[in-house]
Amino acid sequence: MSKYVFEGKSWKVGDFIPTDQIIKSRRVYQSIDKAAKYVFEDINPRFGQEVQKGDILVAGKHFGQSSGRAVAVKALIATGVSCIVAESFSRTFYRNAFEIGLPILEVSGVHDAVEEGDRISVDVLGGVFCNERTGEKLEGKPIDPFLIEMIEAGGVIAMAPKLVGRTT
Amino acid sequence: MTLRPRTFVEKAIERASGKTGLVPGDIVDVTPDVYMSHTASWRCIRTFEKLEGAKILHPERVAMVMDHIAPARTSVIAAYHRLCRGFAKEQGIENFFDVNAGICHLVLMENGLVRPGEIIIGTDSHSTIYGALGALGTGVGFSEITAAWVTGVIWMRVPPSIKINLTGKLRPGVFVKDIMLKIIGDLTADGATYCAIEFDGELTADLSISERMTLCNLAMEMGAKNAYVRPDKKTFDYLSEAGVDFPEEDALFPDEGAEYMRIVDVEVSDLEPQVSCPPLVDNVKSISDIAGTPIDQVFIGSCANGKYDDLVIAAGYLKGKKVADGVRLLITPGSREVMKKVADNGVLSTLIEAGALITNPGCGACAGDGGAMDDGEVTLSTANRNFSGRMGSYKSDIYLASPATAAVSAIAGVITNPEGESK
Repeated sequence: MSKYVFEGKSWKVGDFIPTDQIIKSRRVYQSIDKAAKYVFEDINPRFGQEVQKGDILVAGKHFGQSSGRAVAVKALIATGVSCIVAESFSRTFYRNAFEIGLPILEVSGVHDAVEEGDRISVDVLGGVFCNERTGEKLEGKPIDPFLIEMIEAGGVIAMAPKLVGRTT
Repeated sequence: MTLRPRTFVEKAIERASGKTGLVPGDIVDVTPDVYMSHTASWRCIRTFEKLEGAKILHPERVAMVMDHIAPARTSVIAAYHRLCRGFAKEQGIENFFDVNAGICHLVLMENGLVRPGEIIIGTDSHSTIYGALGALGTGVGFSEITAAWVTGVIWMRVPPSIKINLTGKLRPGVFVKDIMLKIIGDLTADGATYCAIEFDGELTADLSISERMTLCNLAMEMGAKNAYVRPDKKTFDYLSEAGVDFPEEDALFPDEGAEYMRIVDVEVSDLEPQVSCPPLVDNVKSISDIAGTPIDQVFIGSCANGKYDDLVIAAGYLKGKKVADGVRLLITPGSREVMKKVADNGVLSTLIEAGALITNPGCGACAGDGGAMDDGEVTLSTANRNFSGRMGSYKSDIYLASPATAAVSAIAGVITNPEGESK
């Protein structure tokens, strides 16, 4: 399975990062590409400036908590990160990621297994994480088949026509 | 075949999906009764415009409230408001509430759009508040709202439930906000992620609808999907005041013997006022550990504590007193209806005489619309979030507390225990 397998340079953020700190509310009323420059502006100002297409974000517990603003997911996609691997995600961030089309994987122990800058690989559907520098492998939490169908369709909007009439 | 005993959320999802025998973890399509979007409605509309030939299946289920940045502060926001206004008209969306209405959640409940047993999805994480009326309210993203407009359905995972039994009697000066801060501190910010919460126990039954709103609103800060309080006479009275003739047999109640992943008993009789300290909501301390901390600003408002009785409680402490020199007291009534009530009965004058700055109804400073802080400043707020940078500088601090604690602290200029303070 080669789809949704990513390899890249890692960036790290900590536990309990709220969407407000992914992208501030005052930054969201501009184009998403402009807003992307301000992702994590308070917690890591280098990120928005230096992140490269294909980089992978590693987060701690309950990533994307607080406000359910889906624009946090959009802004992260616009930074070029290919996927996010975290100890756990908040409920709204988890939903939004699949609905907008950002591959994510929950992997217990991942935060300690990575030093920022390590090359890592993530097989999202297979649920496998690997730190290429240390060789450490960890298993991710399986993703529900319905969510895989959604992300493969390109998100909830792409899938919407298929859903019409599924329930009255 | 007899059905196994079910929790509230299991029943609500079964009813809205037409399925039976669901267990936690199952994913099903449900038909929500209301799709609420706030200022982010413009994003839903932009997404809708990309769907060729799409139409809104049930315009009567759509509700839009222009609350987060209201009135417009810039021409960009003005254009978004205008887009929403025009779209609502063109699509026949009758439940469009403009910048004068107030916070989406309060507006929906005041207007009878939230009913027991119904499913309400909203582009605001605090949609858990609808559980105060026995409904299943939950926050979703804007793409999901657009998808619901077009398809009439949304996917839901059946969550496990946590039951929280509240018992005892609150001491004077201690409020429901203090109970919830204590629970959030104990259960932590991700203690209920993807779970439903049912509030139960004698004290819950004694609480007013407004107090139940504070409970259910703050449940989100533990990561909950939804929260619920069993509907009773108070609920049905509230509904009829909102113009809803609701058949009581349509309400949903959990079954005796339903399965809970966790049952938490909270006895409140010895509870003292609680304060959530920066930079995380679950960093909760008893007021005696934090009293004396100097503050620059006090904010009384938000969907957690900007309701009518919250302002009445604050006014009780502020009557005949003055806000401390150099402290800004911002008060934002939650809705136009709240504003009208406090204007009609003189509470508004009390607040103004004490030195409060009254802003227009809406989300106000809680959503970063005014009330920003400089580096090193401190706000004591009745809202539900205190993450760094939420109110201006990343290097400023937000403490969360009840309207009573907020009022007495505004007078003293330092965080102060309202117990024993005159009102």
